[in-house]
Amino acid sequence: MGVNYPGFNDTEPLFIQIARWLENKIVTGQLKADEQIPSTTELSAALKINPATVRKGVNILVEKGLVYKKRGMGMYVAANAEDSARDDRRERFRDDYVRPMLEEAARLGISRDEVAEMVKGER
Amino acid sequence: MSMMEIRSLTKRYGSKTALDDVSLKIAKGSIYGLLGRNGAGKTTLVSLISNRDFPTSGEVLLDGANVKENDRALKNICCMGAEQLLPGYMRVKDVISSMRYFYKNTDAEYANALCEKFGLDPKKRLSRLSTGYRTIAKVIFAMSSGADYIILDEPTLGLDANHRELLYKLIIERFNETEAAFVISTHLIDECAGLFERVFVLREGRLIADEDSDALRRSAYLVEGKTAEVDSFIAGKKVLTRSEVGSFCSACVSGGDVPSPDALPDGLEVSQPTLQQLLIAMTEEG
Repeated sequence: MGVNYPGFNDTEPLFIQIARWLENKIVTGQLKADEQIPSTTELSAALKINPATVRKGVNILVEKGLVYKKRGMGMYVAANAEDSARDDRRERFRDDYVRPMLEEAARLGISRDEVAEMVKGER
Repeated sequence: MSMMEIRSLTKRYGSKTALDDVSLKIAKGSIYGLLGRNGAGKTTLVSLISNRDFPTSGEVLLDGANVKENDRALKNICCMGAEQLLPGYMRVKDVISSMRYFYKNTDAEYANALCEKFGLDPKKRLSRLSTGYRTIAKVIFAMSSGADYIILDEPTLGLDANHRELLYKLIIERFNETEAAFVISTHLIDECAGLFERVFVLREGRLIADEDSDALRRSAYLVEGKTAEVDSFIAGKKVLTRSEVGSFCSACVSGGDVPSPDALPDGLEVSQPTLQQLLIAMTEEG
C-alpha cells in the first residue's frame, strides 16, 4: 500500500480504515470540536489513496454526525463528536475487545476467573 | 464528463491473439488499474488506445469519435512508452520543449518541477539515463502532456521505494488538479491498490474483470485449515486456487458472501485476500 501511516493494512477496505483513522483523532481529542479536518485533496495526496475512496471514508463520519460540512469551507468536527464517537466505541467495546479476548482465553484453557484476575491486576 | 469507449477490440499477430474482444470504458475523473500477467495484453491494449498500432477489429472512441488517425482525439491521449521512439541523443529538456507540438496543452513548467522533484538532470541525453531515470523521464513526459487521458505503462519499473512513493503522491496531486483519467498498469499491485478506483484485469488477451477495486477484492475470500475440512467446505464452490502445506490447505474461493466465523466449521479460518493475492489467484495458469 502506498500508505505509510501506522494502522493501515492491505486487507480491510481502505475507506473504512480512513474513517477509523479520523475517528481515532476525534476520540483522542487530537481533532477538536469545530476544528477543520484535512481536505480530501490533502488526505488523498498524503495517504496516496484515490480521492473517491477518501471521500467515501469521510462520508461515514458525516453519516455518523461526527463531522459536518461548511459550504465552500470544508469539513469540521461536530460539537459533540468526541463524546458521541466515544459512546459508540463503548457500545462496541464488548464485541470488539472483550469477546475476542474470551475466545482466545477459551482456546488456551484460561478460565473466566483467571481472566478477571488478570484484568484486575493490570495497571 | 469526457469518456473513452473501447469496443470489441481484437488484435492478432499472425496466429496469436494478443487481445480478444475487449470492451471497456474509461471516464475522465477516475484512476484505473490495468492488471494482468506478462503477455496478458496490457501493452497491446495501450498501444491500440494510443493509435500506435491498429486493431484487427473493434474500435476506440473518444467522446463518440473514432481515435484512428484523429489528431484532435490523439492530442488528448498520452501513453507513456511512446518516448522510446525518441532518439537517444535528445536531451530531456529538448523533449519537454518540443512536446507542445504534439500535445498543445503541455505544461513545461510542471515537467521541469517534476524533474527537480525526482532529481532528474534535464540536460541529460535520454541514452545516458539509468533504467529508473528512463522510466521517470517517460512518466514526466506523460504527466505533463496536458492530455485528458494519461496512460502509464509500468511507471514503477526500476524506481526505488522513495521514488515510487513520490510518484504515487504526484499522481494523486495531478489527478486532484486536472481530473485527467489515469490508467496505470503495474505489477506492484498491493502497493498501488489504493490509487485505483476501478481495475481492469486481463488474462490471455481477455478482460476477465472490470470492477470497483474494493468490490473486486471482496468478491473472494481465503479459507485455511486442515485439508480434509477445507476440501469438504469448498466442495461445490468456485475455487480459484488451492495449495497444501503438510496436512493443511488454503483455498481462494470466488463468489458468494464471506462466511461469518460462526457459520464456519471449527478449525477453519477465513480472511480477505489483498488485491495482489486475488490477482494471483485469478490469473494463475491451468
